[in-house]
Amino acid sequence: MPDKTPWIEIRDLRFARGGRTIFDGLNIRIPRGQVAAIMGPSGSGKTTLLRLIGGQLRPDRGQVLVDGQDVHRLSRRALYRLRRRMGMLFQSGALLTDLDVFDNVAFPIRENTRLPEPVVRALVLMKLEAVGLRGARDLHPAELSGGMARRVALARAIALDPELMMYDEPFTGLDPITMGVIVTLIRRLHDALGMTSIVVSHDVAETSSIADWVYLISDGRVVDQGPPARLQEAATDWSRQFLQGLPDGPVPFHYPAPDYLGDLMNAEGRR
Amino acid sequence: MTALQALGRWWLGVLGRLGRGHLFLLRTLVALGPLMLRPRLWIRELYSVGVRSLLIILVSGLFVGMVLGYQGYITLVDFGSAEALGTVVALSLVRELGPVVTALLFAGRAGSALTAEIGLMKATEQLSSMEMMAVDPYRRVLAPRFFAGILSMPLLAALFSAVGVAGGYLVGVGVLGVDAGAYWAQMQANVDVFDDVLNGVIKSLVFGLVATWIAVFEGYDTEPTAEGVSRATTRTVVHTALAVLALDFILTGLMFGAL
Ligand SMILES: Nc1ncnc2c1ncn2[C@@H]1O[C@H](COP(=O)(O)OP(=O)(O)OP(=O)(O)O)[C@@H](O)[C@H]1O
Ligand SMILES: [Mg+2]
Repeated sequence: MPDKTPWIEIRDLRFARGGRTIFDGLNIRIPRGQVAAIMGPSGSGKTTLLRLIGGQLRPDRGQVLVDGQDVHRLSRRALYRLRRRMGMLFQSGALLTDLDVFDNVAFPIRENTRLPEPVVRALVLMKLEAVGLRGARDLHPAELSGGMARRVALARAIALDPELMMYDEPFTGLDPITMGVIVTLIRRLHDALGMTSIVVSHDVAETSSIADWVYLISDGRVVDQGPPARLQEAATDWSRQFLQGLPDGPVPFHYPAPDYLGDLMNAEGRR
Repeated sequence: MTALQALGRWWLGVLGRLGRGHLFLLRTLVALGPLMLRPRLWIRELYSVGVRSLLIILVSGLFVGMVLGYQGYITLVDFGSAEALGTVVALSLVRELGPVVTALLFAGRAGSALTAEIGLMKATEQLSSMEMMAVDPYRRVLAPRFFAGILSMPLLAALFSAVGVAGGYLVGVGVLGVDAGAYWAQMQANVDVFDDVLNGVIKSLVFGLVATWIAVFEGYDTEPTAEGVSRATTRTVVHTALAVLALDFILTGLMFGAL
Protein backbone atom coordinates (compact mmCIF):
# COMPACT_ATOMS: atom_id res chain seq x y z
CA MET A 1 0.00 0.00 0.00
CA PRO A 2 1.53 3.35 -0.98
CA ASP A 3 2.00 6.28 1.36
CA LYS A 4 -1.34 7.73 2.41
CA THR A 5 -0.29 11.31 3.12
CA PRO A 6 -1.66 13.61 0.42
CA TRP A 7 0.78 14.86 -2.20
CA ILE A 8 -0.98 18.16 -2.42
CA GLU A 9 -2.87 19.74 0.39
CA ILE A 10 -4.42 23.16 0.06
CA ARG A 11 -5.75 24.61 3.28
CA ASP A 12 -8.09 27.55 3.58
CA LEU A 13 -6.50 29.34 0.63
CA ARG A 14 -7.33 32.97 -0.04
CA PHE A 15 -5.94 34.85 -3.01
CA ALA A 16 -6.94 38.22 -4.43
CA ARG A 17 -5.67 39.88 -7.55
CA GLY A 18 -6.37 43.29 -9.02
CA GLY A 19 -8.96 43.98 -6.29
CA ARG A 20 -10.86 40.76 -7.08
CA THR A 21 -10.96 37.84 -4.71
CA ILE A 22 -10.23 34.76 -6.76
CA PHE A 23 -10.06 32.18 -3.98
CA ASP A 24 -11.56 32.37 -0.54
CA GLY A 25 -11.48 29.38 1.74
CA LEU A 26 -10.35 26.83 -0.85
CA ASN A 27 -9.57 23.34 0.46
CA ILE A 28 -8.22 20.52 -1.69
CA ARG A 29 -6.45 17.25 -0.83
CA ILE A 30 -4.93 15.22 -3.62
CA PRO A 31 -3.57 11.82 -2.58
CA ARG A 32 -0.44 10.30 -4.04
CA GLY A 33 -0.97 8.55 -7.36
CA GLN A 34 -4.30 10.12 -8.21
CA VAL A 35 -5.43 11.85 -11.38
CA ALA A 36 -7.32 14.83 -10.02
CA ALA A 37 -9.33 17.04 -12.30
CA ILE A 38 -10.09 20.63 -11.50
CA MET A 39 -13.02 21.99 -13.42
CA GLY A 40 -14.77 25.28 -13.35
CA PRO A 41 -16.02 28.07 -15.56
CA SER A 42 -13.60 30.24 -17.48
CA GLY A 43 -12.00 32.84 -15.24
CA SER A 44 -12.65 30.87 -12.07
CA GLY A 45 -8.92 30.78 -11.33
CA LYS A 46 -7.77 27.35 -12.49
CA THR A 47 -4.54 28.61 -14.03
CA THR A 48 -4.00 30.77 -10.98
CA LEU A 49 -4.34 27.70 -8.76
CA LEU A 50 -1.60 25.85 -10.66
CA ARG A 51 0.68 28.88 -10.30
CA LEU A 52 0.01 28.93 -6.58
CA ILE A 53 0.93 25.24 -6.32
CA GLY A 54 4.12 25.86 -8.33
CA GLY A 55 5.08 28.69 -5.97
CA GLN A 56 4.92 31.40 -8.64
CA LEU A 57 2.21 33.32 -6.81
CA ARG A 58 1.85 33.90 -3.07
CA PRO A 59 -1.48 33.40 -1.32
CA ASP A 60 -2.89 36.09 0.95
CA ARG A 61 -3.87 33.47 3.51
CA GLY A 62 -3.73 29.71 3.87
CA GLN A 63 -1.19 27.11 2.89
CA VAL A 64 -0.21 25.00 -0.06
CA LEU A 65 1.61 21.82 0.96
CA VAL A 66 3.35 19.75 -1.67
CA ASP A 67 4.75 16.47 -0.36
CA GLY A 68 4.40 17.87 3.14
CA GLN A 69 6.37 21.06 2.43
CA ASP A 70 4.77 24.48 2.60
CA VAL A 71 5.58 25.82 -0.87
CA HIS A 72 5.48 29.46 0.15
CA ARG A 73 7.81 29.10 3.10
CA LEU A 74 10.60 27.30 1.30
CA SER A 75 13.90 29.00 0.57
CA ARG A 76 14.57 29.68 -3.10
CA ARG A 77 16.92 26.75 -3.29
CA ALA A 78 14.44 24.36 -1.70
CA LEU A 79 11.63 25.64 -3.93
CA TYR A 80 13.74 24.98 -7.02
CA ARG A 81 14.59 21.51 -5.73
CA LEU A 82 10.89 20.82 -5.29
CA ARG A 83 10.09 22.15 -8.77
CA ARG A 84 12.52 19.67 -10.24
CA ARG A 85 10.00 17.02 -9.19
CA MET A 86 7.09 18.83 -10.86
CA GLY A 87 6.18 19.18 -14.51
CA MET A 88 3.77 21.72 -15.87
CA LEU A 89 2.12 21.91 -19.25
CA PHE A 90 1.27 25.55 -19.91
CA GLN A 91 -1.97 26.56 -21.58
CA SER A 92 0.05 28.27 -24.32
CA GLY A 93 2.82 25.66 -24.51
CA ALA A 94 5.42 28.34 -23.69
CA LEU A 95 8.19 26.76 -25.76
CA LEU A 96 11.49 28.61 -25.86
CA THR A 97 11.39 30.34 -29.23
CA ASP A 98 15.14 30.52 -29.78
CA LEU A 99 15.58 26.74 -29.53
CA ASP A 100 14.36 24.02 -31.89
CA VAL A 101 12.12 21.16 -30.81
CA PHE A 102 14.98 18.87 -29.83
CA ASP A 103 16.74 21.51 -27.73
CA ASN A 104 13.45 22.52 -26.11
CA VAL A 105 12.89 19.00 -24.83
CA ALA A 106 16.57 18.68 -23.90
CA PHE A 107 16.50 22.00 -22.04
CA PRO A 108 15.34 20.82 -18.60
CA ILE A 109 17.59 17.75 -18.81
CA ARG A 110 20.70 19.73 -19.71
CA GLU A 111 19.99 22.45 -17.14
CA ASN A 112 19.20 20.16 -14.24
CA THR A 113 21.45 17.14 -14.73
CA ARG A 114 24.96 16.37 -15.85
CA LEU A 115 24.05 13.50 -18.12
CA PRO A 116 26.37 12.92 -21.08
CA GLU A 117 25.05 14.10 -24.43
CA PRO A 118 24.31 10.61 -25.89
CA VAL A 119 22.07 9.89 -22.90
CA VAL A 120 20.34 13.24 -23.31
CA ARG A 121 19.75 12.42 -26.95
CA ALA A 122 18.22 9.05 -26.16
CA LEU A 123 15.95 10.57 -23.49
CA VAL A 124 14.79 13.35 -25.80
CA LEU A 125 14.00 10.94 -28.62
CA MET A 126 12.04 8.71 -26.24
CA LYS A 127 9.93 11.64 -25.02
CA LEU A 128 9.38 12.90 -28.58
CA GLU A 129 8.42 9.41 -29.72
CA ALA A 130 5.82 9.27 -26.95
CA VAL A 131 4.08 12.35 -28.35
CA GLY A 132 4.59 11.25 -31.96
CA LEU A 133 6.95 14.06 -32.94
CA ARG A 134 10.32 12.34 -33.19
CA GLY A 135 10.40 13.38 -36.86
CA ALA A 136 9.85 17.04 -36.01
CA ARG A 137 12.96 17.41 -33.90
CA ASP A 138 14.61 20.01 -36.15
CA LEU A 139 11.61 22.33 -36.47
CA HIS A 140 11.46 25.63 -34.64
CA PRO A 141 8.46 26.55 -32.44
CA ALA A 142 7.31 29.09 -35.05
CA GLU A 143 6.98 26.23 -37.57
CA LEU A 144 4.66 24.15 -35.36
CA SER A 145 0.88 24.17 -35.29
CA GLY A 146 -0.82 24.89 -31.98
CA GLY A 147 -1.50 21.20 -31.32
CA MET A 148 2.06 20.18 -32.21
CA ALA A 149 3.46 22.86 -29.92
CA ARG A 150 1.30 21.50 -27.10
CA ARG A 151 2.68 18.00 -27.68
CA VAL A 152 6.27 19.25 -27.70
CA ALA A 153 5.55 21.12 -24.49
CA LEU A 154 4.18 17.90 -23.03
CA ALA A 155 7.34 16.01 -24.03
CA ARG A 156 9.38 18.73 -22.36
CA ALA A 157 7.29 18.70 -19.19
CA ILE A 158 7.83 14.95 -18.74
CA ALA A 159 11.51 15.07 -19.69
CA LEU A 160 12.70 14.59 -16.12
CA ASP A 161 9.99 12.05 -15.17
CA PRO A 162 8.28 14.31 -12.64
CA GLU A 163 6.39 12.97 -9.65
CA LEU A 164 3.70 15.58 -10.10
CA MET A 165 2.33 16.66 -13.46
CA MET A 166 0.08 19.66 -13.86
CA TYR A 167 -1.80 20.08 -17.12
CA ASP A 168 -3.40 23.43 -17.89
CA GLU A 169 -6.17 22.92 -20.46
CA PRO A 170 -4.41 20.07 -22.28
CA PHE A 171 -7.37 19.38 -24.60
CA THR A 172 -8.35 22.73 -26.05
CA GLY A 173 -7.72 23.27 -29.75
CA LEU A 174 -6.77 19.67 -30.60
CA ASP A 175 -8.15 17.63 -33.47
CA PRO A 176 -10.06 14.45 -32.45
CA ILE A 177 -7.15 12.11 -33.17
CA THR A 178 -4.58 14.13 -31.27
CA MET A 179 -7.10 14.63 -28.49
CA GLY A 180 -7.57 10.87 -28.15
CA VAL A 181 -3.81 10.33 -28.18
CA ILE A 182 -3.23 12.98 -25.52
CA VAL A 183 -6.00 11.63 -23.31
CA THR A 184 -4.58 8.12 -23.34
CA LEU A 185 -1.04 9.48 -23.08
CA ILE A 186 -1.81 11.38 -19.90
CA ARG A 187 -3.36 8.29 -18.32
CA ARG A 188 -0.55 6.00 -19.56
CA LEU A 189 2.20 8.30 -18.36
CA HIS A 190 0.45 8.55 -15.07
CA ASP A 191 0.24 4.79 -14.60
CA ALA A 192 3.71 4.02 -15.98
CA LEU A 193 5.60 6.65 -13.98
CA GLY A 194 3.43 6.38 -10.89
CA MET A 195 2.93 10.10 -10.70
CA THR A 196 0.26 12.32 -9.28
CA SER A 197 -1.54 14.37 -11.91
CA ILE A 198 -3.67 17.47 -11.86
CA VAL A 199 -5.69 18.16 -14.97
CA VAL A 200 -7.29 21.56 -15.31
CA SER A 201 -9.95 21.60 -17.95
CA HIS A 202 -13.51 22.34 -18.92
CA ASP A 203 -13.80 19.50 -21.38
CA VAL A 204 -16.19 17.40 -19.34
CA ALA A 205 -16.15 14.16 -21.36
CA GLU A 206 -12.38 13.84 -21.84
CA THR A 207 -11.56 14.84 -18.32
CA SER A 208 -14.14 12.49 -16.82
CA SER A 209 -12.67 9.61 -18.80
CA ILE A 210 -9.25 9.85 -17.14
CA ALA A 211 -9.84 11.48 -13.77
CA ASP A 212 -10.09 9.54 -10.52
CA TRP A 213 -11.54 12.49 -8.67
CA VAL A 214 -13.08 15.74 -9.84
CA TYR A 215 -13.18 19.08 -8.07
CA LEU A 216 -15.64 21.64 -9.32
CA ILE A 217 -14.65 25.16 -8.34
CA SER A 218 -16.66 28.33 -8.57
CA ASP A 219 -16.69 31.61 -6.69
CA GLY A 220 -13.35 30.84 -5.10
CA ARG A 221 -14.24 27.56 -3.42
CA VAL A 222 -14.87 23.90 -4.13
CA VAL A 223 -18.60 23.58 -4.80
CA ASP A 224 -18.65 19.85 -5.41
CA GLN A 225 -16.24 16.94 -5.60
CA GLY A 226 -16.25 13.23 -6.15
CA PRO A 227 -15.47 10.52 -8.67
CA PRO A 228 -16.63 11.54 -12.15
CA ALA A 229 -19.32 8.87 -12.33
CA ARG A 230 -21.02 10.19 -9.20
CA LEU A 231 -20.81 13.80 -10.35
CA GLN A 232 -22.39 12.82 -13.67
CA GLU A 233 -25.37 11.60 -11.65
CA ALA A 234 -25.43 15.22 -10.59
CA ALA A 235 -25.60 15.46 -6.88
CA THR A 236 -26.19 19.19 -6.85
CA ASP A 237 -27.90 21.67 -9.17
CA TRP A 238 -24.57 23.32 -9.68
CA SER A 239 -22.75 20.26 -10.97
CA ARG A 240 -25.71 19.18 -13.09
CA GLN A 241 -25.71 22.57 -14.81
CA PHE A 242 -21.95 22.68 -15.35
CA LEU A 243 -21.44 19.09 -16.42
CA GLN A 244 -24.43 19.01 -18.76
CA GLY A 245 -23.80 22.48 -20.13
CA LEU A 246 -27.18 24.01 -19.32
CA PRO A 247 -27.55 27.79 -19.58
CA ASP A 248 -30.03 28.08 -16.69
CA GLY A 249 -29.16 27.24 -13.13
CA PRO A 250 -27.17 28.49 -10.18
CA VAL A 251 -24.05 29.25 -12.25
CA PRO A 252 -24.43 32.71 -13.77
CA PHE A 253 -23.51 32.79 -17.46
CA HIS A 254 -23.65 36.59 -17.53
CA TYR A 255 -21.16 38.99 -16.05
CA PRO A 256 -23.09 41.18 -13.55
CA ALA A 257 -25.04 43.82 -15.53
CA PRO A 258 -28.02 46.14 -15.10
CA ASP A 259 -31.50 44.99 -16.07
CA TYR A 260 -31.48 44.04 -19.79
CA LEU A 261 -34.71 45.69 -20.96
CA GLY A 262 -34.03 48.87 -19.03
CA ASP A 263 -30.52 48.98 -20.47
CA LEU A 264 -31.83 48.68 -24.04
CA MET A 265 -34.50 51.34 -23.55
CA ASN A 266 -32.16 53.82 -21.89
CA ALA A 267 -31.73 56.25 -24.79
CA GLU A 268 -29.47 58.58 -22.82
CA GLY A 269 -26.94 55.82 -22.08
CA ARG A 270 -23.72 56.44 -24.00
CA ARG A 271 -22.89 52.78 -24.40
CA MET B 1 -7.96 67.04 -5.57
CA THR B 2 -7.92 64.58 -8.45
CA ALA B 3 -4.82 66.23 -9.90
CA LEU B 4 -3.11 65.83 -6.54
CA GLN B 5 -4.22 62.20 -6.37
CA ALA B 6 -2.90 61.58 -9.85
CA LEU B 7 0.41 63.15 -8.91
CA GLY B 8 0.58 60.98 -5.79
CA ARG B 9 -0.22 57.84 -7.75
CA TRP B 10 2.39 58.70 -10.38
CA TRP B 11 5.02 59.31 -7.71
CA LEU B 12 4.20 56.04 -5.96
CA GLY B 13 4.53 54.31 -9.32
CA VAL B 14 7.95 55.86 -9.87
CA LEU B 15 9.13 54.84 -6.39
CA GLY B 16 7.82 51.33 -6.89
CA ARG B 17 9.69 50.96 -10.16
CA LEU B 18 12.87 52.33 -8.62
CA GLY B 19 12.60 49.80 -5.80
CA ARG B 20 11.95 46.91 -8.16
CA GLY B 21 14.80 48.10 -10.38
CA HIS B 22 17.31 48.01 -7.55
CA LEU B 23 16.16 44.63 -6.27
CA PHE B 24 16.45 43.42 -9.84
CA LEU B 25 20.02 44.72 -10.10
CA LEU B 26 20.93 43.01 -6.85
CA ARG B 27 19.55 39.64 -7.94
CA THR B 28 21.22 39.94 -11.34
CA LEU B 29 24.58 40.73 -9.72
CA VAL B 30 24.22 37.70 -7.45
CA ALA B 31 23.49 35.55 -10.51
CA LEU B 32 26.72 36.73 -12.17
CA GLY B 33 28.79 34.44 -9.93
CA PRO B 34 27.57 31.08 -11.23
CA LEU B 35 27.61 32.55 -14.74
CA MET B 36 31.40 32.51 -14.77
CA LEU B 37 31.28 28.71 -14.73
CA ARG B 38 29.30 28.69 -17.95
CA PRO B 39 31.06 31.15 -20.27
CA ARG B 40 29.22 29.79 -23.30
CA LEU B 41 26.02 31.47 -22.12
CA TRP B 42 27.39 34.99 -22.16
CA ILE B 43 29.69 34.56 -25.14
CA ARG B 44 26.60 33.92 -27.24
CA GLU B 45 25.04 37.12 -25.91
CA LEU B 46 28.28 38.98 -26.51
CA TYR B 47 27.77 38.15 -30.14
CA SER B 48 24.19 39.39 -30.36
CA VAL B 49 24.73 42.45 -28.16
CA GLY B 50 28.26 43.44 -29.19
CA VAL B 51 29.14 42.06 -32.59
CA ARG B 52 25.79 42.96 -34.12
CA SER B 53 26.25 46.58 -32.97
CA LEU B 54 29.68 46.80 -34.59
CA LEU B 55 28.63 48.07 -37.99
CA ILE B 56 26.58 51.02 -36.77
CA ILE B 57 29.30 51.93 -34.26
CA LEU B 58 32.09 51.85 -36.84
CA VAL B 59 30.19 53.81 -39.47
CA SER B 60 29.03 56.43 -36.98
CA GLY B 61 32.53 56.72 -35.52
CA LEU B 62 33.97 57.36 -38.94
CA PHE B 63 31.49 60.14 -39.72
CA VAL B 64 31.79 61.77 -36.33
CA GLY B 65 35.59 61.77 -36.71
CA MET B 66 35.40 63.30 -40.16
CA VAL B 67 33.06 66.06 -38.95
CA LEU B 68 35.42 66.73 -36.04
CA GLY B 69 38.24 67.03 -38.57
CA TYR B 70 36.38 69.80 -40.43
CA GLN B 71 35.08 71.66 -37.38
CA GLY B 72 38.36 71.44 -35.49
CA TYR B 73 40.32 72.67 -38.49
CA ILE B 74 38.03 75.69 -39.04
CA THR B 75 38.47 76.78 -35.42
CA LEU B 76 42.18 76.03 -35.13
CA VAL B 77 43.31 77.56 -38.42
CA ASP B 78 42.22 81.04 -37.22
CA PHE B 79 44.70 80.73 -34.38
CA GLY B 80 47.37 79.40 -36.69
CA SER B 81 47.55 76.08 -34.87
CA ALA B 82 46.04 73.67 -37.37
CA GLU B 83 48.67 71.07 -36.49
CA ALA B 84 46.91 70.66 -33.10
CA LEU B 85 44.02 69.03 -34.98
CA GLY B 86 45.11 65.53 -33.89
CA THR B 87 44.86 66.51 -30.24
CA VAL B 88 41.45 68.10 -30.61
CA VAL B 89 39.97 65.17 -32.49
CA ALA B 90 41.42 62.56 -30.14
CA LEU B 91 40.47 64.36 -26.93
CA SER B 92 36.91 65.06 -28.06
CA LEU B 93 36.45 61.43 -28.96
CA VAL B 94 38.17 59.75 -26.04
CA ARG B 95 36.77 62.01 -23.35
CA GLU B 96 33.26 62.68 -24.60
CA LEU B 97 31.93 61.58 -27.91
CA GLY B 98 33.24 58.03 -27.84
CA PRO B 99 31.52 56.97 -24.61
CA VAL B 100 28.41 59.13 -25.02
CA VAL B 101 27.55 58.55 -28.67
CA THR B 102 28.35 54.84 -28.34
CA ALA B 103 25.97 54.59 -25.38
CA LEU B 104 23.21 56.39 -27.28
CA LEU B 105 23.67 54.17 -30.33
CA PHE B 106 23.86 51.12 -28.07
CA ALA B 107 20.50 52.04 -26.53
CA GLY B 108 18.90 52.25 -29.95
CA ARG B 109 20.51 49.14 -31.42
CA ALA B 110 21.19 46.64 -28.63
CA GLY B 111 19.18 48.01 -25.68
CA SER B 112 15.86 48.11 -27.49
CA ALA B 113 16.48 44.61 -28.86
CA LEU B 114 17.26 43.30 -25.37
CA THR B 115 14.08 44.82 -23.95
CA ALA B 116 11.92 43.47 -26.76
CA GLU B 117 13.44 39.99 -26.55
CA ILE B 118 13.06 39.65 -22.79
CA GLY B 119 9.63 41.31 -22.84
CA LEU B 120 8.38 38.85 -25.44
CA MET B 121 9.80 35.93 -23.49
CA LYS B 122 7.79 37.16 -20.52
CA ALA B 123 4.62 37.80 -22.53
CA THR B 124 4.72 34.29 -24.01
CA GLU B 125 5.28 32.71 -20.57
CA GLN B 126 8.75 31.45 -21.50
CA LEU B 127 10.25 32.89 -18.33
CA SER B 128 7.44 31.40 -16.27
CA SER B 129 7.92 27.99 -17.83
CA MET B 130 11.65 28.17 -17.09
CA GLU B 131 10.90 28.80 -13.43
CA MET B 132 8.64 25.77 -13.39
CA MET B 133 11.44 23.70 -14.94
CA ALA B 134 13.56 24.73 -11.96
CA VAL B 135 15.73 26.98 -14.12
CA ASP B 136 16.30 30.45 -12.69
CA PRO B 137 15.67 33.05 -15.44
CA TYR B 138 18.02 35.42 -13.63
CA ARG B 139 20.89 33.00 -14.16
CA ARG B 140 19.90 31.63 -17.52
CA VAL B 141 18.48 34.68 -19.32
CA LEU B 142 19.09 37.95 -17.53
CA ALA B 143 22.60 37.74 -16.10
CA PRO B 144 24.27 36.60 -19.37
CA ARG B 145 22.72 39.51 -21.28
CA PHE B 146 23.59 41.96 -18.54
CA PHE B 147 27.20 40.84 -18.42
CA ALA B 148 27.56 40.89 -22.20
CA GLY B 149 26.20 44.44 -22.33
CA ILE B 150 28.60 45.74 -19.69
CA LEU B 151 31.53 44.02 -21.34
CA SER B 152 30.80 45.22 -24.85
CA MET B 153 30.23 48.91 -24.13
CA PRO B 154 33.88 49.91 -23.42
CA LEU B 155 35.05 47.82 -26.35
CA LEU B 156 32.57 49.45 -28.69
CA ALA B 157 33.46 52.91 -27.37
CA ALA B 158 37.17 52.21 -27.95
CA LEU B 159 36.46 51.15 -31.51
CA PHE B 160 34.30 54.21 -32.03
CA SER B 161 37.13 56.48 -30.90
CA ALA B 162 39.76 54.64 -32.95
CA VAL B 163 37.72 54.85 -36.14
CA GLY B 164 36.92 58.48 -35.33
CA VAL B 165 40.60 59.35 -35.07
CA ALA B 166 41.11 57.75 -38.46
CA GLY B 167 38.18 59.74 -39.84
CA GLY B 168 39.71 62.96 -38.53
CA TYR B 169 42.97 62.00 -40.21
CA LEU B 170 41.23 61.37 -43.53
CA VAL B 171 39.69 64.83 -43.55
CA GLY B 172 42.42 66.80 -41.77
CA VAL B 173 45.43 65.32 -43.52
CA GLY B 174 43.89 63.96 -46.71
CA VAL B 175 41.54 66.82 -47.62
CA LEU B 176 42.62 69.91 -45.68
CA GLY B 177 46.37 69.36 -45.88
CA VAL B 178 47.39 69.23 -42.20
CA ASP B 179 50.85 67.69 -41.79
CA ALA B 180 50.53 63.97 -41.12
CA GLY B 181 53.49 63.83 -38.73
CA ALA B 182 52.10 66.75 -36.70
CA TYR B 183 48.66 65.13 -36.50
CA TRP B 184 50.04 62.04 -34.78
CA ALA B 185 52.85 63.68 -32.82
CA GLN B 186 50.56 66.29 -31.23
CA MET B 187 48.10 63.58 -30.35
CA GLN B 188 50.78 61.43 -28.77
CA ALA B 189 52.17 64.34 -26.77
CA ASN B 190 48.88 65.69 -25.42
CA VAL B 191 46.57 62.74 -24.81
CA ASP B 192 47.23 61.33 -21.37
CA VAL B 193 46.65 57.66 -20.66
CA PHE B 194 45.19 58.25 -17.20
CA ASP B 195 43.57 61.67 -17.41
CA ASP B 196 41.96 61.09 -20.77
CA VAL B 197 41.87 57.48 -21.88
CA LEU B 198 41.23 55.87 -18.50
CA ASN B 199 38.55 58.39 -17.63
CA GLY B 200 36.87 57.69 -20.95
CA VAL B 201 36.95 53.97 -20.22
CA ILE B 202 35.44 54.55 -16.77
CA LYS B 203 32.66 56.57 -18.38
CA SER B 204 31.84 53.89 -20.88
CA LEU B 205 31.87 51.23 -18.15
CA VAL B 206 29.35 53.25 -16.15
CA PHE B 207 27.23 53.89 -19.24
CA GLY B 208 27.39 50.20 -20.12
CA LEU B 209 26.12 49.26 -16.68
CA VAL B 210 23.30 51.78 -16.75
CA ALA B 211 22.25 51.17 -20.37
CA THR B 212 22.15 47.39 -19.95
CA TRP B 213 20.48 47.59 -16.57
CA ILE B 214 17.69 49.75 -17.97
CA ALA B 215 17.27 47.56 -21.06
CA VAL B 216 17.15 44.24 -19.23
CA PHE B 217 14.99 45.56 -16.39
CA GLU B 218 12.47 47.19 -18.73
CA GLY B 219 12.15 43.87 -20.54
CA TYR B 220 11.68 41.91 -17.34
CA ASP B 221 9.28 44.43 -15.78
CA THR B 222 7.17 44.82 -18.89
CA GLU B 223 3.43 44.37 -18.86
CA PRO B 224 3.03 41.03 -20.66
CA THR B 225 1.11 42.25 -23.72
CA ALA B 226 2.11 43.38 -27.22
CA GLU B 227 1.40 46.98 -26.27
CA GLY B 228 3.37 46.63 -23.03
CA VAL B 229 6.43 45.33 -24.87
CA SER B 230 6.36 48.15 -27.40
CA ARG B 231 6.04 50.75 -24.65
CA ALA B 232 8.90 49.17 -22.70
CA THR B 233 11.13 49.29 -25.79
CA THR B 234 10.50 52.99 -26.26
CA ARG B 235 11.12 53.63 -22.56
CA THR B 236 14.46 51.85 -22.77
CA VAL B 237 15.74 54.20 -25.46
CA VAL B 238 14.41 57.36 -23.83
CA HIS B 239 15.48 56.54 -20.28
CA THR B 240 18.92 55.38 -21.36
CA ALA B 241 19.52 58.57 -23.34
CA LEU B 242 18.48 60.75 -20.40
CA ALA B 243 20.45 58.74 -17.87
CA VAL B 244 23.60 58.70 -20.00
CA LEU B 245 23.54 62.44 -20.67
CA ALA B 246 22.90 63.30 -17.02
CA LEU B 247 25.58 60.90 -15.80
CA ASP B 248 28.00 62.26 -18.36
CA PHE B 249 27.59 65.72 -16.85
CA ILE B 250 28.22 64.41 -13.34
CA LEU B 251 31.17 62.23 -14.30
CA THR B 252 32.78 64.98 -16.35
CA GLY B 253 32.46 67.33 -13.40
CA LEU B 254 34.06 64.81 -11.09
CA MET B 255 36.88 63.84 -13.42
CA PHE B 256 37.98 67.00 -15.14
CA GLY B 257 36.46 69.73 -13.00
CA ALA B 258 38.34 68.60 -9.92
CA LEU B 259 41.68 68.63 -11.72
N1 LIG C 1 -2.07 39.25 -14.20
C1 LIG C 1 -3.33 39.37 -13.72
N2 LIG C 1 -3.69 40.50 -13.07
C2 LIG C 1 -4.94 40.65 -12.58
N3 LIG C 1 -5.90 39.73 -12.69
C3 LIG C 1 -5.62 38.58 -13.34
C4 LIG C 1 -4.31 38.35 -13.89
N4 LIG C 1 -4.31 37.13 -14.46
C5 LIG C 1 -5.54 36.64 -14.27
N5 LIG C 1 -6.34 37.50 -13.61
C6 LIG C 1 -7.73 37.29 -13.20
O1 LIG C 1 -7.78 36.14 -12.43
C7 LIG C 1 -8.96 35.41 -12.71
C8 LIG C 1 -8.61 33.94 -12.89
O2 LIG C 1 -7.77 33.80 -14.01
P1 LIG C 1 -7.28 32.38 -14.50
O3 LIG C 1 -6.39 32.59 -15.66
O4 LIG C 1 -6.72 31.63 -13.35
O5 LIG C 1 -8.65 31.72 -14.97
P2 LIG C 1 -8.89 30.27 -15.56
O6 LIG C 1 -9.82 29.57 -14.64
O7 LIG C 1 -7.60 29.61 -15.87
O8 LIG C 1 -9.68 30.62 -16.89
P3 LIG C 1 -9.63 29.85 -18.33
O9 LIG C 1 -10.44 28.63 -18.18
O10 LIG C 1 -10.27 30.85 -19.25
O11 LIG C 1 -8.19 29.60 -18.64
C9 LIG C 1 -9.60 36.05 -13.92
O12 LIG C 1 -10.78 36.67 -13.49
C10 LIG C 1 -8.62 37.07 -14.40
O13 LIG C 1 -9.32 38.24 -14.75
MG1 LIG D 1 -6.55 29.16 -17.56
